Amino acid sequence: MNASSNQFEVAISSDYESGQALVERIVVAVGSAAFTSREVFGIRLAVDEAVANAIKHGNRLSPDKQVRIDFRMDERGVRIRIEDQGDGFRPEDVPDPTSDENLERPCGRGLMLMREFMTKIEYNERGNVVVLEKLHQT
Amino acid sequence: MKTGNISRVWQNDAQRLTKGFGQENDMSTGQRRLDIEDVGGVTIAKFVDKKILDEANIQAIGNNLFALIEEDGCRKIILDFSLVEYLSSAALGKLITMDKKAKAAKSKLRLCCIRPEIYEVFEITRLNKIFDIKATQEEALEGF
Repeated sequence: MNASSNQFEVAISSDYESGQALVERIVVAVGSAAFTSREVFGIRLAVDEAVANAIKHGNRLSPDKQVRIDFRMDERGVRIRIEDQGDGFRPEDVPDPTSDENLERPCGRGLMLMREFMTKIEYNERGNVVVLEKLHQT
Repeated sequence: MKTGNISRVWQNDAQRLTKGFGQENDMSTGQRRLDIEDVGGVTIAKFVDKKILDEANIQAIGNNLFALIEEDGCRKIILDFSLVEYLSSAALGKLITMDKKAKAAKSKLRLCCIRPEIYEVFEITRLNKIFDIKATQEEALEGF
């Protein structure tokens, strides 16, 4: 595992292909660390959801906007900061997708999956930056 | 036991190999999305993608799935996930829409061969309550 895979900052364009390439890069990096296959699965899912949200809902696929990613990994775990150039949103406004009335809605599950699979997720006040953390179990 | 199977694969420039199915390949991507098999009147649709994450893929897969009901008129459909290693919430959304279309058309839908990590996603989101999920293709065919 070299330094460049442990830590990098990158800005990608607001398209799904760039998003998937980034997700793959992160999966390769965390795959080289001491995460279980379930944890790698969860990190992939969470990062994919966060990046897709940034591209689609944040930047609205605008070619003029970018998504910035700051990836850091050490012996404690991994921290991924994802920032879009959109107006942001309020996570508390996203309805619970598991409630009976929302169960058959086709969207709204990404945030929940991020929370479930990561140790911690935090949004900034504006709602255009999310920080995902997955710590190794001690 | 599978008898009288008719296999069909969607791929570039693929011709329809069976009568009664109207699905063409997704021309926007040029890649096959589902392997289709007919087993005694039950349509088994097997995802060929390992990862159902990318939005463009999901759109193509969704179109293939919906066409099974809306164009091909399939009434009993099993979605086989045995090759699928990852899927995203957008893919779940397509499955929910598929389920709604199936109910509206009075078609029956079952899912099978979902690996544990992905089944956990169904459990977390409580979608295991909506879908009829079986462990194996044989179980899914039983009593269908």
